[in-house]
Amino acid sequence: MSHAIVAKNLSLSYGSNKVISSASFAIDERDFVCIVGANGSGKSTLVKAILGLVKPSSGKISFGSGIEQKTIGFLPQDVKADLNFPATVFEIVLSGTLGRLGMKAFYRKEDKTRAEEALKRLGISKLRNASFVDLSGGQKQKVLLARALAATSKLLILDEPSNNLDYKSRKEFYGALKKLNESGLTIIMITHDLDAEDLIGNKVISIKEAKVECAPTADFLRSYK
Amino acid sequence: MTWFFEMLSYSFMQRALIAGLLISICAALVGVSLVLRKNSMIGDGLSHTAFGAFAIATVLNFAPLWFAVPVVVIASFFVLKMSGNKKSNGDAMVALLSASSLAVGCMAISLTKGVNIDLNSYLFGSVLSIGWSDVWLSLILVIAVVLLYIFAHNRIFAITFDEDFAKAIGIKTDLYDAIFAVICSLVVVFGIRLLGALLISSLIIFPTLIAMQFSKSFGRVVIASVLFSVVNFILGLVISYLIASPTGATVVVVNLAALIIARIVRAIRQ
Repeated sequence: MSHAIVAKNLSLSYGSNKVISSASFAIDERDFVCIVGANGSGKSTLVKAILGLVKPSSGKISFGSGIEQKTIGFLPQDVKADLNFPATVFEIVLSGTLGRLGMKAFYRKEDKTRAEEALKRLGISKLRNASFVDLSGGQKQKVLLARALAATSKLLILDEPSNNLDYKSRKEFYGALKKLNESGLTIIMITHDLDAEDLIGNKVISIKEAKVECAPTADFLRSYK
Repeated sequence: MTWFFEMLSYSFMQRALIAGLLISICAALVGVSLVLRKNSMIGDGLSHTAFGAFAIATVLNFAPLWFAVPVVVIASFFVLKMSGNKKSNGDAMVALLSASSLAVGCMAISLTKGVNIDLNSYLFGSVLSIGWSDVWLSLILVIAVVLLYIFAHNRIFAITFDEDFAKAIGIKTDLYDAIFAVICSLVVVFGIRLLGALLISSLIIFPTLIAMQFSKSFGRVVIASVLFSVVNFILGLVISYLIASPTGATVVVVNLAALIIARIVRAIRQ
């Protein structure tokens, strides 16, 4: 199986603190990887480095064919927008295709089709014209996932997506992620929960004291217990 | 309608109407992004800075506009940087900048002998102070802002809604922040003579808040805020002419009334 992401001797710093030291790991296409670690361990910094928002202090990250940083589907930890932000679901999902627009000013027909397809894949087409602020927490998270999906055909990165979800919404959200992974998407998800229920991927990247280890989920759970 | 034509027969009213309309369009456009990104108070901070800059320029016998523009642009970069810095208290910095600039401006004027400055016109604006050069500068500004919105509205939406996501898909958020800082500074500097340092920021904030009562789509809020801004300015200018009230204050009161009515209409509809 070909690699989606390969990190070689990757070191990342936050200010003067070294948060990741000389990490080497590979994520294969169609992998579903959960990144775990204590608060402040460097999970988000690692994700930002993959997205190109943080420069490595040494080492490098390379991508498999067809993956560009601008077309990675990203779901941030939280959206800091105004609580009453006026936006329809379609406006938000469509904005996911902006990374593909290059210098073009206006959305093309294919961008709108991508956004419609993302809504359809997550079963939320009926929310297309709904106002974002009127949605439940679970629905909002699905809309943001649809936006990430509109951005990518290959790789999704999610930063603690289940944080503000109740148990039922979380199960539903994880179900949607599993389906996307089965359809061929590579998924990387930061989670702070170490329950088997939350480690839904096939691999776990754990970060502890700047050391990064990548292992199959079953092996990680055994060693963790 | 004779009073309307009579009002427009005065060349200072023509200039005030045209410049005010142009500034209203710019203020509404830039206001949508500032309000939704919770940066509403930046306009207030910059208007006070502009007051200080105008006062110092007048005292030192510099051309006020050419002195105020760079000062306020630099201040806007500083304020935006502070408001985006999690370690600093952005609100407190804006408040400090506002109060300090106002104080420096007042001190400069009061300690300088032989300078005849009408403090009220700086603080509350005056239709008499608008020249044709203000009209032309406002026209250039409005063309630039409208073009920016036409060609970058999708990116402006993405940054306004979720800056982290916008960065991740390669949008140069720092560049857009810088452009907005410059536009906001120019709106404040050009509009201050009409509405005054204490009132110009309302032109940035009110239209967005009013438009948000009626629409839940970003695109419609942008268009509606421009329409409300323009209509409210014309109403304010006309009322101020009819009842001989200060223009800036009247425009703000009209905006306030529109916001209250909009909220009532929205509550009834819900």
